[in-house]
Amino acid sequence: MTGYIADAAALARKDLPVELRTRDTVPSMLLFVVAALVVFHFALPAESSRLAASGMLWIALLFTALLALVRAFVGEREQGTLDGLILAPCDRSAIWLGKTLSVLAFLLFAEAVALPAFALFYEDVTWELVAGLALANLGIATVGTLLGAMAAAARARELLLPLLFLPLAIPLVVGGVGATVADDPGRYLAFLGLYDLIFAILSWASFEYVVTE
Amino acid sequence: MISGRGLGRRFGERSVLSKVDLDVERGDFLLVTGPNGSGKTTLLRLLAGLLAPTAGTLEVAADRGRIGFLGHEPLLYRELTALENLDLYGRLYRVPERRERTGMLLERFGLWEARGEQVSTFSRGMVQRLALCRTLLHDPDLLLLDEPFTALDAEGAELLHAELADGAPRTRVVASHQPERIAALATAQLALA
Repeated sequence: MTGYIADAAALARKDLPVELRTRDTVPSMLLFVVAALVVFHFALPAESSRLAASGMLWIALLFTALLALVRAFVGEREQGTLDGLILAPCDRSAIWLGKTLSVLAFLLFAEAVALPAFALFYEDVTWELVAGLALANLGIATVGTLLGAMAAAARARELLLPLLFLPLAIPLVVGGVGATVADDPGRYLAFLGLYDLIFAILSWASFEYVVTE
Repeated sequence: MISGRGLGRRFGERSVLSKVDLDVERGDFLLVTGPNGSGKTTLLRLLAGLLAPTAGTLEVAADRGRIGFLGHEPLLYRELTALENLDLYGRLYRVPERRERTGMLLERFGLWEARGEQVSTFSRGMVQRLALCRTLLHDPDLLLLDEPFTALDAEGAELLHAELADGAPRTRVVASHQPERIAALATAQLALA
């Protein structure tokens, strides 16, 4: 188990210098999420409700996450390094876990910018919103990483990934918005937790079949 | 160590390898020759386990972690340095005394001075040398090399030749369309049409 975690950590850690040197993913996520929040701010009528603002935030974050997911395995596919990882004696699901952790880190980074922007343009950030985001991030990263690996093999990956990911992300939006605006957020947070658990197990178990013949 | 009977591989309607039989004993050096498109690369990818045969049977008596594979792609991260690449693979392959082994290989292949530079700044020959370091890092029992002399200069080719001629008890399968370089080392030859 220690070796498994160490493998996943090593694989996640290598994505940090790669991103710092290429700046392929995080800057585009930051630009997109801030731009989306600014545009929504002016698009929504001044008397718009808290419900509408929360919905806009979740839409912006979901599409920001897509930017990270669509790039997640591009390097490995284009440079052929996925073959190198597949040949290594580590458990192949550690490749998924490592990439999930790095996607999660990128999402957290984008949200560290998005939430202050949301507070500036819309309303205060509540603990329910933060808890909902934390749980939704797990779901986005676990499912999205698996689908990102599938889509990276296709030529039309920019089209394929949203087609695969967005339907599966609908429960995350329902749970996230519910946790943010409902009187009883616990029910929605539990729903998000259950989603994370189920899809993390499914993604972990099926990753090997996605990256090998 | 390797036994294949009636091996075949199709990609859709196109057959790239058909009815190949091979037996390779431990310590053998199999030279695979053939013109472009004859299936050399596909055969090596089958042996590495990166592809599954669509016909025939194949048994390779080597664990995944004991195979060293060098294909057309160097399997290196261009944005990482030479040292970072080897360190990552060293961790994944559980290489004992990883740093010493990495340093020794970088020295041997003349890349020690460039160890802190990103692979994206390397020449094609340097990338090939580093890919060889990656392939040999975990001291594999089975070495699968696809056109390993590609892009190597005379010195690099000499280093590779010495590595292949090394008496280490290692099984070697090398695909090349320039077999004259290593024909003398081979204990068996497989010509693909």
